Amino acid sequence: MATQIKVSLIGNPNTGKTSVFNLLTGLNQQVGNYPGITVEKKEGACKISHDVKAHVIDLPGTYSLNASSLDENIVTELLLDQESEDFPDVAVVVSDVENLKRNLLIYTQIKDFEIPTILVVNMADRMRRKGISLDIPLLEKELNTKIALISARKGEGIDELKKLIESYRSLPKKRCLDALSFEQEYFDRLQKTFPDQSLYKSWLKITQNASFKNADQRDEAIDSEVETKSESEFKRLQQKETIKRYQFINDVLKKGLIVDEKSATGMRAKLDRILTHKFWGYFIFFVILLFIFQVIYDWSSYPMDLIDETFSWASEAVKTVLPSGPFVDLLTEGIIPGLGGVVIFIPQIAFLFLFISILEESGYMSRVVFLMDRVMRRFGLSGKSVVPLVSGTACAIPAVMATRNIENWKERLITILVVPFTTCAARLPVYLIIIALVIPNEKIIWIFGYQSLMLMFLYFLGFATAVGSAWVLNKILKIKSKSYFVIEMPGYKIPIFKNVMINVIEKTKAFVFGAGKIILAISIILWVLASFGPNEKFNNAEEIISKQYVDLSEEELENKVASHKLEYSFIGYAGKAIEPVVKPLGYDWKIGIGLISSFAAREVFVGTLATIYSVGSDEEETIKNRMAAEVNPVTGAPLFNLASGISLLLFYAFAMQCMSTLAIVKRETNSWKWPMTQLIFMSIFAYGVALVAYQLLK
Amino acid sequence: MNTTIATLKKGQRALIKEITSDIVPLKLLEMGCLPGNEVELLQIAPFQCPLYLNINGSHLAIRKEIAVHIEVQIIK
Repeated sequence: MATQIKVSLIGNPNTGKTSVFNLLTGLNQQVGNYPGITVEKKEGACKISHDVKAHVIDLPGTYSLNASSLDENIVTELLLDQESEDFPDVAVVVSDVENLKRNLLIYTQIKDFEIPTILVVNMADRMRRKGISLDIPLLEKELNTKIALISARKGEGIDELKKLIESYRSLPKKRCLDALSFEQEYFDRLQKTFPDQSLYKSWLKITQNASFKNADQRDEAIDSEVETKSESEFKRLQQKETIKRYQFINDVLKKGLIVDEKSATGMRAKLDRILTHKFWGYFIFFVILLFIFQVIYDWSSYPMDLIDETFSWASEAVKTVLPSGPFVDLLTEGIIPGLGGVVIFIPQIAFLFLFISILEESGYMSRVVFLMDRVMRRFGLSGKSVVPLVSGTACAIPAVMATRNIENWKERLITILVVPFTTCAARLPVYLIIIALVIPNEKIIWIFGYQSLMLMFLYFLGFATAVGSAWVLNKILKIKSKSYFVIEMPGYKIPIFKNVMINVIEKTKAFVFGAGKIILAISIILWVLASFGPNEKFNNAEEIISKQYVDLSEEELENKVASHKLEYSFIGYAGKAIEPVVKPLGYDWKIGIGLISSFAAREVFVGTLATIYSVGSDEEETIKNRMAAEVNPVTGAPLFNLASGISLLLFYAFAMQCMSTLAIVKRETNSWKWPMTQLIFMSIFAYGVALVAYQLLK
Repeated sequence: MNTTIATLKKGQRALIKEITSDIVPLKLLEMGCLPGNEVELLQIAPFQCPLYLNINGSHLAIRKEIAVHIEVQIIK
C-alpha cells in the first residue's frame, strides 16, 4: 500500500505559500470550509515518488501562532491538537527571501512543537536583483532544519522539496532556541503544572485562552489550574518572547544572509510614489476601475448572450426530440432555464475574479486599501470594502464573495449587507424599459436628456444608499471585533498566470455549486407555480380562449392562451392576492406577478411582463408599446405614468430581489440570519420609499 | 508632546522606544515593531491616515490611532 504523508504548509501572507501549494498539487486540489466557520480550507494530493503520496493542506497565512483572527487560529488549533486527522507529519514553513527576518518568527514558533519542519525559501529568482546571498549550510545548522530554495514563479526547486518531504522522518526535530527564558519563576510553575507537554504548548494554550477566545469558549481546566494573568500582563510577556525570538533570528541572519544594498533596484519606491500619490493614485485607481467595469459590463455580454442562446436552443431541442408531457415541460421550462440562470453569471464572475487576482498578486490591491481606508472608515467600512462595492455594480454575487479578505468581521459583515444596494447589471433591463415609458425623451443641456440623467441618478442612488446604510449599520451593530488595521505592503510582482487561473476556476466553482443549487431549486418552484392552476379556468384555457376569440391567427391565439393560463395559475392568483398590497404603490396584479417572479432575479421582470401582456417576443419596443397602452381600471389613466413608474424604479433600486445574492450571503455568513435580515429590511425600505413616491407624485 | 510615529515627517527615520500601550496590537510587534528597531515613514495617505512605514525591513501600513502610541527617537 502506498504511504501517505500529511503535510501542512504554513507561512506569512505574501510569501507565495499558495504558489508552492499550486506547484505541489496542480489542479488536484479542493477548497472547502472548516466546519462551522467560513474560512477556506484548501487541501490537495501530491505524488512524491513512485509509492509515496502526500496530502497537503494550505493553512491560512499568518504572521504568528498568537492568533488574532479565525483564519490564523486554524493554524494554532491544528498544531495544538495532536489527535486531529490533519495533524502534520511534517510542517513546511514557506518564507520569502526578501522578508526572511519577519518570516522566520513563525518558523521558530513551529520549531517549538518539535515536529519535523522544512524551511522553504521562496522567490529565489529575485535574490540577484535584490543583491541577496544566503549561506544555506550555515542557516540549516543554526536553524536546525533542512532548507529548500525555491522559485515558485519558475517552478524551480520543487523536486528538492519533495525529496525532503519524503525523508521527513530523518529531519531534525529539536527546537532552535529557548524563547521562554525569562520570568523563570512563572514558567517553571507552568512546566510543573503540565509536566506531560512542552512548555511552549502550555504557554500558547494559556495565552490563546486569555486573549483570543470568548468567555464561553475558554478552556476552564487551564484557567483553574494555573495562575492566569491579565491580558496586558500576558502581552508584556509575549512581547518579551517575540524580542527573544527576533534576537535569535538577527544573530543567525547576521551570519547567514548578506544583502548588498547597492545592487538592489528601487522599483518599489518609484511605483509607490505614483500609485499612492494624493492625486495620481486616485486617478490611476479610477481608470483601472473604469476598465474593469467596462469589461465586466461589456465584454461578458458576448459569452452571456451565447449562454442564453445555447440554453434556449437546448430547451427547444429537447422539446422537439422528446414527446411532450409534464416531465418534458419541467425539463424545458424549469430545469434547463434554471441551469441557464446559474451558468449565465459565470462570465461576469470569472472576469471579476480574473482582475481581482491580478491586482492582488501584483501587490497593487494593498495600495488601493491604503488610499481608500480613511474615506471608507467614516462609514464603518474598511479600505478593503472598495473592491466589493465596485464589483457590486456588475453583480452582487461575486462582490459578496470578494469581501473575504476583510479581516475585521464587523467591517466585512457591513460590506456584505450593503453591497446589494449598488446598481447591479440585472437592474438595468428593468430600469431601461420603465425609464423609456415614463420619463420624457427630451434633452435638457447639450447631449444630456432626462432619461440618461435618470439612469445616472439611479446608479448614484444605489451607491449612496449602500454607503449611507453602512453608516447606520455601523451605529446599530454591536459587534466587538478586535482587529487592528495593519496591512502589509508587499513588493510589486508580475502575477503568476497559474495562480490567477486556479483562483478564477476555484471562485467560479464555488458559485456554481454553492449558490447554483438554490437558484435551480427556486427556478423549479417558480415554474411549477406558473405552470399549474388550482381550477378549470387554468386547465381549460385553450377551450375558453378559442371560444372567446374566433378569428385569431394561431400565434396570437397561443399568446392569448399563455396569458390566460398565467392569470389563472397559482402565481397568477398570488399576484391577485398581493394586489391590495401593491395597489398603494400604483401597481396592478400583473405587475404584482412581475414582482413575485422577479424575486428569483430582477431581470425576469421584463420577461414575465412579456408573457402577461401576451406579446410573445421580448423585443423591448413591442413590450414598451403594449405597456404604454395599459390602463388603470380605476382611474382610466395610463397604468404606467410618472408616479407609478418612479415608484417602480425606486422599488427595484432598493428591494432585495435576488435569490442568488441571498444564497451567497447565507454561504458567506454561514447563517440564514443575515440574508433574512437583508430580505426583510430591504423589502420594507423599498416598499416604504415606493409608497411615499407614488402618493406624492400621483 | 512626545515624539511618536504619528509625528514623524515623510522620509524621516527613527528608533522605536519602549512600547507600553495596550492599544498597540501584538501582531504589529510580531511584524517587527519592537523597541530598538528602526522605522522610516515612507508615505502618508491623503487625510493623514493610514501611514506607510518601513519597520525593520517590513513594509506595512497602520492607522494613525495606533501610530500615536508608538514612541520613537528621531535619528535622521
